[in-house]
Amino acid sequence: MPEVYLDHYAATPVLAEVADAMRPFLTDEFGNPSSLHSRGDTAREALEEARERVAALIGASPEEVIFTSGGTEANNTAVKGIAWAARRKGNHVVVSAVEHFSVLHAARTLAKFDFEVTEVGVDEQGMVDPALLEASLRDDTVLVSVMAANGEVGTIQKVKEIAAVVKSKGIPFHTDAVAAAGYLPLDVNELGVDAMSIASDLLYGPKGAGALFLRKGVRLMPLLDGGVQEGGRRGGTENMPGIVGMGKAAELAARDLGERAASLSSMRDRLISGLLDAIPRLRLTGHPSSRLPWNASFLVEFIEGESMLLFLDQKGIAVSSGSACTSRALKGSHVLTACDVPAELASGSLLFSLGIENTPEDIDYVLETLPPIVERLRQMSPLYAKYLKEGGG
Amino acid sequence: MVMEHFMNPRNVGEIENADGVGEVGNPVCGDMMTFYIKVDDGRLSDVKFKTFGCGAAIAVSSMVSEMAIGKTLDEALKITRENVAEQLGGLPKQKMHCSNLGADALHKAIQDYQSKQKEAQNG
Repeated sequence: MPEVYLDHYAATPVLAEVADAMRPFLTDEFGNPSSLHSRGDTAREALEEARERVAALIGASPEEVIFTSGGTEANNTAVKGIAWAARRKGNHVVVSAVEHFSVLHAARTLAKFDFEVTEVGVDEQGMVDPALLEASLRDDTVLVSVMAANGEVGTIQKVKEIAAVVKSKGIPFHTDAVAAAGYLPLDVNELGVDAMSIASDLLYGPKGAGALFLRKGVRLMPLLDGGVQEGGRRGGTENMPGIVGMGKAAELAARDLGERAASLSSMRDRLISGLLDAIPRLRLTGHPSSRLPWNASFLVEFIEGESMLLFLDQKGIAVSSGSACTSRALKGSHVLTACDVPAELASGSLLFSLGIENTPEDIDYVLETLPPIVERLRQMSPLYAKYLKEGGG
Repeated sequence: MVMEHFMNPRNVGEIENADGVGEVGNPVCGDMMTFYIKVDDGRLSDVKFKTFGCGAAIAVSSMVSEMAIGKTLDEALKITRENVAEQLGGLPKQKMHCSNLGADALHKAIQDYQSKQKEAQNG
């Protein structure tokens, strides 16, 4: 049976070149970059090389890159750290309603400590309207955070336009680019953002490493107090294997970005059009064209996502779903809710996140495997029976 | 066992002119089950179901139908959520509430049958 992994938004495989680059730092090169002796020098050089590579991926200066333990820490650092540092100027923070929980929940934590938070809604395709966002800005707004692209529905936001609006008011602007970095050309200066989060584990690097770009001059209160690592902006001895791995992954992502994006987009388009042709009452979520190259996300009417996921798993296909049944909290996806998807439809959520090791044959296999699974589950579904009785189909 | 009943659910479908029908849950909360029963001489001669829901919900429906067929109505009314989970070899804790509605749907179908019987006697 073929094994087709289509859950790269959850985890990407670590590339062999990345693992090779990391290996010495798990064994012989155990030095601490803060040490003054030669072992420290070796580690420090590797740390700074990784920083240059990550900076190059997003057009930043190396000294503007802070390594973190991942995308979640980068987002928490940006949201809480920038807001805290600007507390005397104001206490209002704006985020979009479709942010990753590491932004959304960080903002809601601020709301428990004397901040006011506005969550700006999106349209049915998951897009933030820059005009609506502008209308939410106030004299006491100290931070705006809108993601570069949404991993669940694939929608690419108008970050450049939003950044221009926010910057014209002199407010710092952060973007969570975890789902986008390495797949879309992102340049912090061209976009005009003050802070940007990226993660290693969506870039074919190891888990446990991420980075926050913070523009020179933007004030930050560190999330982790400690030594003067990362310019005093993130305490704690650096995760050297992770950081070196992330550096290598960023270098490869920058080198291959165009090729990766083209190949992923072409597989994505075939998957989307193939499934829409083969399965009636199937809806694409997110924006049809302003869309991450790796994201194909759907709502399958009359059936539930977890049961589809489990049947696909039995056929060797790994996917995810935003259905309530698949979440530990038993809550449907907040992103689908924000896109105005009714709860019963959100139950039928199915997310394919493609990766660079996928092949057109993988897509063929999904196109031949999913339709009969959907048909079988629909034959079991009382909702489908009602739909047919009411003259549908 | 859960996986087996999920992959190969028994007694999926509807019974035409069923003697009793019971529906529980709703698609908004994620699980919905409809049970159909046929009663002969006070016993469940046939049980069928349709389920919208997760893997556990489908396995539960299948197991309930299998446990119920051949039982008297009183015996079938004694099938509990716990019995069903036990017969399936256990269910994850978070699935015990929302997905384990099969016994409730079966009981509702039996009550539907019983109230129809009463109406017939009174009428």
